[in-house]
Amino acid sequence: MSEMENLAALPVNQCIKIFVQRDFTDGTAVKFQNKYPPELRGKIEESQFSQTLNTLNGLYAEAESLSSRTYCESCFACLTAYLAYLCMDTYYEKCLKKVNRYIEEQNKTVYVPRGVMLVDPVERGLRVLEICLLNETNHR
Amino acid sequence: MPKKVRKWEVFPGKNKFYCNGRIMMAKQSGIFYLTCSLIVVTSGLFFGFDCVYLAEHVTPAIPAIGVALFLFVMSTLFRTSFSDPGVIPRSTPDEAAEIEKQIEVPNTSSPGTYRPPPRTREVVVKGQVIKLKYCFTCKIFRPPRASHCSLCDNCVERFDHHCPWVGNCVGKRNYRYFYLFILSLSVLCIYIFACVLTHLILRAQNDNFLNAMKESPASIVEAIICFFSVWSIIGLAGFHTYLATSEQTTNEDIKGSFTAKRGQDNFNPYSKGSIIKNCMTVLCGPTAPSLLDRRGFVVPEVSQALVVQVSENPEKEHNSVNVRHEYYGSTNITNQKTNSTGMNTADDINNESKNVAKREMITYQTPDGTVNSKLPPNSDIVIPITSENTESGTKGEKTVVSRGCSTEY
Repeated sequence: MSEMENLAALPVNQCIKIFVQRDFTDGTAVKFQNKYPPELRGKIEESQFSQTLNTLNGLYAEAESLSSRTYCESCFACLTAYLAYLCMDTYYEKCLKKVNRYIEEQNKTVYVPRGVMLVDPVERGLRVLEICLLNETNHR
Repeated sequence: MPKKVRKWEVFPGKNKFYCNGRIMMAKQSGIFYLTCSLIVVTSGLFFGFDCVYLAEHVTPAIPAIGVALFLFVMSTLFRTSFSDPGVIPRSTPDEAAEIEKQIEVPNTSSPGTYRPPPRTREVVVKGQVIKLKYCFTCKIFRPPRASHCSLCDNCVERFDHHCPWVGNCVGKRNYRYFYLFILSLSVLCIYIFACVLTHLILRAQNDNFLNAMKESPASIVEAIICFFSVWSIIGLAGFHTYLATSEQTTNEDIKGSFTAKRGQDNFNPYSKGSIIKNCMTVLCGPTAPSLLDRRGFVVPEVSQALVVQVSENPEKEHNSVNVRHEYYGSTNITNQKTNSTGMNTADDINNESKNVAKREMITYQTPDGTVNSKLPPNSDIVIPITSENTESGTKGEKTVVSRGCSTEY
């Protein structure tokens, strides 16, 4: 196979991707920048996007919060010499599952019908929130 | 039917994996076995010799406490050594392309005004200006407090240090286990030492001290091991207590990131303000799961063929790599494994039989001191070179290896 050979593009893989970066102004906690990407103009309203992002940030903030539930869970795990972590999910993991369900629901009801798809940040190592524009290819 | 490959098998860092991806350690883990055996042997001698005497003559609570301490020490040691320290997965080619685009554009605008050196980004964290550095290996801007470990070839969140004694990096996800390990180990050391002395003194009451030592030579061995190791362990425990209460990492402390320097109003933006709150955050705060998904299956490419795509068209993005990937759970499989000297590993030799056009890798040293190798860049791309930056930009050229073809699974 020569280096210059271009394989036939699949319909969904060659799409334009927008990356929403992390917002570090409040520290290292997981939070995404609430900046409306100009590429979404015409597809998704600014208020809708803002609402989705605020909800996501809220879910992540809840996962990272120093609540009494988190303290109790950690202390209990410590007392069992951390063997408890072999049996149960941490609160953070439960919150991430909530985020996943929220993104799936948003994709189904709001985004995919308008030709946009959100990728769960967990699939990208919580570095970015990837938004794919489904109907447009970026001629690679 | 191609064999299913788990993501740990194609992990680009230098870590070693055991138990089908459940256990993750650094490449050189010999000293970890030394640590383990020292603790197990000393404790074994303690339970076998001193506990027998002390349980009879003093109280059976002594071996009970000893067992609890020993189990806690081993559990925290294993947690520290075997878990993911907080590795940040490397960026996908699309992300890397996007970042390259963003870095290039500001340099071409407004000549004559001061602009920060490329490959850094400034953010304001709670009022303190923090510089984010670009990692050439992982192709990401490192989040605050993250650092790249050259031994493991990974970026690690809240990087503390790479500890050869536990055979792993110490980072965000395993710092509390590391801290509790050295704390409980110092308690165990002191406990064994005290029990050994008690044992010998009790024996010496009936006889003289020399005969007591002859009757129980194991106690001497334990006493020597404990005596020589307790100073450094207690020192380390004290140092990390200071770090935990001031919410700093070893890395930040050594660099002096948050001390008053250059007359600036430097403060630690991550500190919660009080010692108690900082300690609680470090020890009892939320634990993020591993971002690596080591045991997940690699989503196979549509075609089993191997593709090296190089962009010839100047209209395309200069970092174009035609690596196809599925939407969810995609893994971009790279074959960019480097050994400690930065040359290709033997795996690449196998690839020649799979029709991969192998190009000569060049070895370079990145500004943060890590040695890596990469494919040479395209000649039509011009990347500005600064005094800090000795390599001409990174390219996302990767060999997509569908490891399902590999016969060495």
